[in-house]
Amino acid sequence: MLFFSYFKDLVGQEVTVELKNDLAIRGTLHSVDQYLNIKLENTKVVDQDKYPHMLSVRNCFIRGSVVRYVQLPKDGVDVDLLHDAARREARGG
Amino acid sequence: MATATGLESLVDQYISVITNDGRNIVGYLKGFDQATNIILDESHERVFSTKEGVQQHVLGLFIIRGDNIGVIGELDEELDASLDLSELRAHPLKPVVH
Repeated sequence: MLFFSYFKDLVGQEVTVELKNDLAIRGTLHSVDQYLNIKLENTKVVDQDKYPHMLSVRNCFIRGSVVRYVQLPKDGVDVDLLHDAARREARGG
Repeated sequence: MATATGLESLVDQYISVITNDGRNIVGYLKGFDQATNIILDESHERVFSTKEGVQQHVLGLFIIRGDNIGVIGELDEELDASLDLSELRAHPLKPVVH
């Protein structure tokens, strides 16, 4: 629940999603769901020469189970707020 | 709505699916469910290689199990038509490692 809420707050920001097959896709976070499936808009594959497989894709749906990392803008995170929320969640609250 | 990441907006669209074994399958999305199982019509697989251009293998009507799906991309048909697939050289995508 925590990360679902967290990603909902990040909608509209530009993120780079790195997948478990090493593919990295940069785009604007459009939406997220309970499985942490991610929809990105205006996508561009990082290293397009190596991965031309998605050259004509501009919007995509990424299944949560294949995400390795979601790279965020440095000031896209209020670390203290997140830290507090995580502490509360860990406590079971 | 930020919470409604359904595939509904992609139904009847031309999409590109990247599967967990590194395959790229293109077709029209006809249906889906909560597990991301999908029905793809008029589908064909695009095989990339470093030696020759992209090969297309016609598959027809397929159901792809959600477990096996990585990415579903909305293909811009105009952009896609302007691509010269015979000139593209690339290593095939790596399989997903959990």
